[in-house]
Amino acid sequence: MTTALKRYGLGALAIAVTIVVFIIPLAFMALTAVKDRREAAKLDFSWPTTFNFLENFQDVLSARKFMLVTAFINSTILTVVSVTILVVLAAMVAWILQRRRSRWNGVANFLILSGLIIPPAVVPTIWVLQSMGLFKTLPGLILIEVAFGLSFCVMLFRAFIASIPKELDEAAVIDGCGPVRLFFRVIFPLLRSVIITVIVVQSVHIFNDFQNPLYFLPGDANATVQLTLFNFQSQFTTSYNLLFMNILLITIPPFIMYLFFNRQIVAGMTAGAVKG
Amino acid sequence: MTVNTAPTVSAARPRQAVAPKRRKGKSAYPYWFYLPAAVVYTALFLIPTFASFFFSFTRWTLTDFTFIGLDNFVQFFQEPALLKGLTNTFIYGAVTSVLKVVLGMLLAVLLTSQIIARGYLRSVIFFPVLLSSIGVGIVFTILMDPSKGMINKALEVIGIEGPAWLVDPAWALVSVALVDVWKGVGLATVIYIAGIVSIPAEYFEAAKMDGASSFKSFFNITLPLARPATATVIILSLIGGLRSFDLIWAMTKGGPGFTSDVIASVIFKQYQAGFYGLSTAGNVVLFLIVTAIILPLSMFLNRKEVEQ
Repeated sequence: MTTALKRYGLGALAIAVTIVVFIIPLAFMALTAVKDRREAAKLDFSWPTTFNFLENFQDVLSARKFMLVTAFINSTILTVVSVTILVVLAAMVAWILQRRRSRWNGVANFLILSGLIIPPAVVPTIWVLQSMGLFKTLPGLILIEVAFGLSFCVMLFRAFIASIPKELDEAAVIDGCGPVRLFFRVIFPLLRSVIITVIVVQSVHIFNDFQNPLYFLPGDANATVQLTLFNFQSQFTTSYNLLFMNILLITIPPFIMYLFFNRQIVAGMTAGAVKG
Repeated sequence: MTVNTAPTVSAARPRQAVAPKRRKGKSAYPYWFYLPAAVVYTALFLIPTFASFFFSFTRWTLTDFTFIGLDNFVQFFQEPALLKGLTNTFIYGAVTSVLKVVLGMLLAVLLTSQIIARGYLRSVIFFPVLLSSIGVGIVFTILMDPSKGMINKALEVIGIEGPAWLVDPAWALVSVALVDVWKGVGLATVIYIAGIVSIPAEYFEAAKMDGASSFKSFFNITLPLARPATATVIILSLIGGLRSFDLIWAMTKGGPGFTSDVIASVIFKQYQAGFYGLSTAGNVVLFLIVTAIILPLSMFLNRKEVEQ
């Protein structure tokens, strides 16, 4: 009797609380996004009298000379390129770090830890980028995302590589495989599951990144999606429907990721919680 | 967001029996594999970090600098606006991590017990982790509007007069911290769930057999054995909380006045104003605070773990 009460009672209570705390704000966002301007301005939680999804959608896209479209293209390039580079570079580092014991290991471990903890120094980074001619360019920002993401990715890869038997490498070497072929043809394919985790976690992270584009890629022409949102915030104070439509649109990519890769995301983000 | 902590790094891995056979210059694990990553990391992370220590002692225009000694730091600790940012950083970090630890633990215990709709609850609590901070910030800025906002309207219905949230200097920082918890508690929860699930079920059965209440088994089994999870949650949320910028910038921009400024937003404001030296000094202060808190704390949390 008490267990049934606990099972259903607590469950029902939890459902009710999550609806109030999580579902209503999200629903508010979605509903406001499809209202017309006058109705959205009331900022209340009500069912829209008219659905203006397409209109709002078009208005948001065409605002400020299709800035959101440019931003989506920029963000996509940023995310895809930097995640690709991250996966390859981090896997290479992790593989050597895990397999070859040397005096460099201590240094490398220290640097990885530093990368996880130390907040990046902003203005000096701009100074370095400027001297390389990469400040305010997309390639510059891509390299920044790679540099700041390396530590985390190396860590995930290394833990996984430890579970791949070393005999495999040795067999390949005996068969005359050079290091490059050994890595890209033998090891890399074996990393598939951890690669998916890294890709999913990092792409959500980089797509949602606001601070780095704000510092290292200012200017409307280069805006990423998070920056458009921030720029629209002041411009759309009178048309909340468009502001919320914008939020809704940039929420969709992470949401799709979550639907398909729920398990990998959780696995990647909880790595380290359980001591093996 | 996605940083991790010491435990995994130091996690013991089966030691390889012998070093790879060294045919001169022909190891199967060449060092140049480090090179591309090392170049990017050094150029864009290590050099700026070291340079920040130097430039924090200067008045700096990016092309030119004059050495001014400790002036930047003195200014940082004397000017009320900047000092407020410093104390707020501590408050923000403490409030968010404590709430995430407590709520995350409670939710995880709830979600690992036999209640209905666990899948739904887990998904809905975790989902905000993946949302953009700016989007969440804007939505909650509107929900927290003192007169028109839904939160205060709802409180009014049940007879409570809600605070002015983001416009009230006394509440602004706490309001942002609460939104941060709303967004981040899902991560703490899944970390705790992973920790609790790894505790052998026999312990709970044995305790139950001996007549321990669920209260007792929580404090004597779950809490101590989920320690690695607690360590991860505390360290993750402290690292995130101390450097937090996005949410604060989206919701208050440090206002009203400078009452909700944190170091990260001070750094940005000084950068915008062209005080590059002062901004960099802010970075150095943040660096020192984060390492001074995180290093001893992670050492402490991991040491306890070894003793068990």
